[in-house]
Amino acid sequence: MDALAALWDGAFGSAFAIWSATLVRATPLLLLGLAVALAFRAGLLNIGAEGQLLMGAVGASAAALSLGTAPRAIVVLAMLAAGATGGALWSGIAAWLKRRFGVLEVISTIMLNFIAAALVSWLVRGPLQEPTRIYPQSSTFSASAHWPFLIPGQRLHLGFAIGVVLALVLWWWFERTAGGFRVRAVGAGARAAASAGGVDVASTVMRVFLVSGAIAGIAGAAEVGGVTWALYEGLSPGYGYTAIAVALLARLDPRWIIATSIFFGALEAGAAAMQRDAQVPAVVVQIVVALVVLGVLAVTALRDKQMAQRLAVDAE
Amino acid sequence: MTREAALVLSGIRHRFGRTLALDDASIAVRRGTVHALLGENGAGKSTLMRIAFGMLRPEHGTIHLDGDAVAFASSAEAIAQGIGMVHQHFSLVSTMRAVENVALGARGRLDLAATAARMTAVAHATGLTIDPAAMSGDLSVSAQQRLEIVKALVRDARILILDEPGAVLTPDERAELDRWLRHFADGGGTVVLITHKVREALAVADDLTVLRRGRTVLHSARADVTEDAVIDAMTGESDVGAAWRIARTESDRPTAGAAALRSGATGTPVLALDHVHVVDERGVTRLADVTLTIARGEVLGVIGVEGAGARELLRVLAGRLLPSQGTVTRPAHVGFIPEDRLHDAVVPTFSLTENLALAEAGAARGTLDWRALVARTVDVITAHDVRNGAPERRIDTLSGGNQQKFVVGREDRIGLDALVAENPTRGLDLRAAHAVLDIVRRTGGGDVPSRAVVFYSTDLDEVLSVATRVVACFNGTVREVRPAEDPADRTPYARALVGAS
Amino acid sequence: MELLLLLTPFLEASLRTATPLAFAALGELVSERAGVINLGLEGCIIAGCFGALLAAGIGGPAIGFAVGVLSGMAIAAVFAIFVLVLRTDQIIAGTAMTLLALGLTGTLYKVLYGASGAALGTPTVGPWAVPGLSAIPVIGPALFRQSVLTYLLYAAVPTLAWWMHRTGAGLALRAVGERRAAAEAAGIDVPRVRWGAILFAGAFGGLSGATLVLAQVGTFNEGMSAGRGFIAIAIVVLGRWSVVGTAMAALVFGAAFALQYLFQALDVQLPYQLFIAFPYVLTLVLLAVVRGRTAAPLELGLRDGTR
Repeated sequence: MDALAALWDGAFGSAFAIWSATLVRATPLLLLGLAVALAFRAGLLNIGAEGQLLMGAVGASAAALSLGTAPRAIVVLAMLAAGATGGALWSGIAAWLKRRFGVLEVISTIMLNFIAAALVSWLVRGPLQEPTRIYPQSSTFSASAHWPFLIPGQRLHLGFAIGVVLALVLWWWFERTAGGFRVRAVGAGARAAASAGGVDVASTVMRVFLVSGAIAGIAGAAEVGGVTWALYEGLSPGYGYTAIAVALLARLDPRWIIATSIFFGALEAGAAAMQRDAQVPAVVVQIVVALVVLGVLAVTALRDKQMAQRLAVDAE
Repeated sequence: MTREAALVLSGIRHRFGRTLALDDASIAVRRGTVHALLGENGAGKSTLMRIAFGMLRPEHGTIHLDGDAVAFASSAEAIAQGIGMVHQHFSLVSTMRAVENVALGARGRLDLAATAARMTAVAHATGLTIDPAAMSGDLSVSAQQRLEIVKALVRDARILILDEPGAVLTPDERAELDRWLRHFADGGGTVVLITHKVREALAVADDLTVLRRGRTVLHSARADVTEDAVIDAMTGESDVGAAWRIARTESDRPTAGAAALRSGATGTPVLALDHVHVVDERGVTRLADVTLTIARGEVLGVIGVEGAGARELLRVLAGRLLPSQGTVTRPAHVGFIPEDRLHDAVVPTFSLTENLALAEAGAARGTLDWRALVARTVDVITAHDVRNGAPERRIDTLSGGNQQKFVVGREDRIGLDALVAENPTRGLDLRAAHAVLDIVRRTGGGDVPSRAVVFYSTDLDEVLSVATRVVACFNGTVREVRPAEDPADRTPYARALVGAS
Repeated sequence: MELLLLLTPFLEASLRTATPLAFAALGELVSERAGVINLGLEGCIIAGCFGALLAAGIGGPAIGFAVGVLSGMAIAAVFAIFVLVLRTDQIIAGTAMTLLALGLTGTLYKVLYGASGAALGTPTVGPWAVPGLSAIPVIGPALFRQSVLTYLLYAAVPTLAWWMHRTGAGLALRAVGERRAAAEAAGIDVPRVRWGAILFAGAFGGLSGATLVLAQVGTFNEGMSAGRGFIAIAIVVLGRWSVVGTAMAALVFGAAFALQYLFQALDVQLPYQLFIAFPYVLTLVLLAVVRGRTAAPLELGLRDGTR
């Protein structure tokens, strides 16, 4: 009970908990959840949001460090662009491997996650290490690279606003535009999309992979620009994996991802408090994540099974 | 129970989920006979025989084998009791050798040499020769069917169940199979032939049983029934049966329009192939140097066994496949009804409206006008009598026939100038099949501008009932078939299917 | 000369690191030949790691291995329920199982051993030199001064290859993966074969994890499987779905992991992250270069029960 109370307090117990803990943790989950949902909607199992986030963070950090004290608007925009590019570059490798060589994206993106972690580990001990060369991290960014806070006195930053706008745009795009419909069609039935609709499936999937990586890269930019103000190893406690649960729980609907990301953000924030106050390890979140994924899977499967049973005679 | 009854199923009831597939179905097969099990698609023929073969367990009813009540827990038990089944879609592992396929299901250590010896013995006894070392996927379709039968015989099958064996064979191969089945029955074996083709059944069977909607509606000796009586029993409605008979008769006499077209009075060309070659990703030539023109008002019938090139020909004409060489002339929009509906024509989890929108998904830009799409979906539903159709309804909640009517209606609107249909009546009952064929036949007339139609079917009768002229695919080449003096004579088509001129 | 002296320890280390990879890959091979791609393999490995650690601390290495194997099977059983009973997508279910196992083991480890992680006193299995054979120059010590697990692997490879090609059950397994309809028609109980294959993969995944803890690292840390399950899946592709090929491919990856020892010994100044990343990069490169797709079982990854 103590543990649950600690979890609740840590997530929603105070204004600070909400605006500076829960929603701050929800921000990367929101952006990554959108990245995952976009890919999954196209039938593309991008498990590489974690690595794409790290590469986005690398790109944004490089931009922030090289632009120094240029005007804030320019630096923040440059960080966004560099973050998106970093993420897209990383997912682009997996996309290329898939299209050119037919490498299963699940395996390639996971391998790329490990490679990205090693790359960050090297960068913060090598080229991007702070000048004293004591700590494995980059220098702290100048103030013009600090992303604006949304509420005075709270740590909620621009990244969250970007995430909410992106969610709504993505939803509209899926529902109302030809491009969004194409992506849904490719994900739900690639052969029919190609044969009945003349959709170029390979290019559609390729583009989705790049955009998905770019969105994940923006999540990385938001973390270094809005939270850490420096590039660290272990920047993400597995946000990229949690995002899979965020997206699946929302049934890949961008609007619902806003809600599910806040739910998991609260869980992460609460778990941190729980570990501190009630000595319950925070990795318990991973169990919840896995159970959510399995739960969604089971519910969907049972519904499909009922549907299949109703239709079984047609299969004859 | 008479002594000569080899296999008797009585009062069988079976459900798939909430759907009653069989309700009081019965069949009694005498030893030493060929017994045809007839019925429309979805009547429950295959289900009943899967029960006899132990693949499904009935909810109610009894099975007697040689007079003894049996209850099979699996097909392994049925096989052990001397029943063999050749499925409609062959159950061979194409990446394994023939001998491995025959050995499949054995327990303990494998002795492939002994299995190969058994195959040779069966070949000596029955004339069914198969090279044990051949890769199954490399065998011709008729050889694969032979291998399926050998598989059963090696296990000493006394009762052979064949599910639609004629569907994949050329007429000559069919005749050969019929001869063999007769020989097998004369030697004391028992054959159950599942088919929906009445003529095929009457040509070879001693007895027949007709199922309709999961019930046995007719059981008779061959000698005691007429073709009409069987058709009426299958359809249960004499009007549909009558329409069906008319269609049969038409197919025996190519229409006047066909004759006119052949005599040179052709309309404007709509589809044209000029020296087209198609090479697949494995480097195999699928179409070799095909030159072909199809004019407005024509229905080009295409025949060919599997792998002969018809699949590629249709896709090139429909613009779904780019040729490796040569030029294709075709209108911007060609309607296409592919054979594999659930994979190639619709997205099963999408609504009817979304499936309508799918047809233009590749070319569409900007935002979609869902309101207009819903209105057009309603149009298709009403114009083509799509039962239970509603714009927001998932298409996989419709029956196969209604799904197909929707697809045909959708493509009918797109393919104003040209329509390509591939086995469009597969799996449909007669009523739905007729609705589909009517659209295909309607090349124009009235104030509807006429169009070019390309029609492929594995059913030669069906092709002849709609086509104004026929081409045959063989080994990647496409050749026009000249009909015989007597329009009812099928010999030219049978010869064209095997590449003989 | 110096390089030659290093050859034996490098080979020895390659085989040692290849052993757990090979177990996992052989398990995955059996599962894939039955048409099931098990991305929960990583989860089976980490479960095996943790189970082995827990049980070895109580009952010694033998019990550790037994519990490690059972832990892997437990994860595999849940995966099998999802894939075979609920008939969900194999790839998503497998990924979820990996996440679940990583979370469960991490949590349990922290709860049981505290944040400090006090599992250093784990009993381990040392190398055992085969008398005679280990005296062969150069390769003797490399091949025959290994833990008993490596010897088990030597036995497992030919046994598995024989079973797969010379028994009815092996033929049935391959048929289920190539064309389930054919297997069904021959009276083979397809779900039972797949259950067996998935549980076998779980057992070998668990054995892989137990080997990692009890014969290699000697302790446990969170996420220590470090993608070995996914690498094992790549190994199966590189081995073109054959038993011997898979074992050989595992050896290549063992060498990739062992490369860091060689370079340390040679005193080459390269960032250590390069060695950490190397096996993953190698996986990507080899997956791209070796066009193994055509050898894949035809039913691989297809959802169960879609007739």
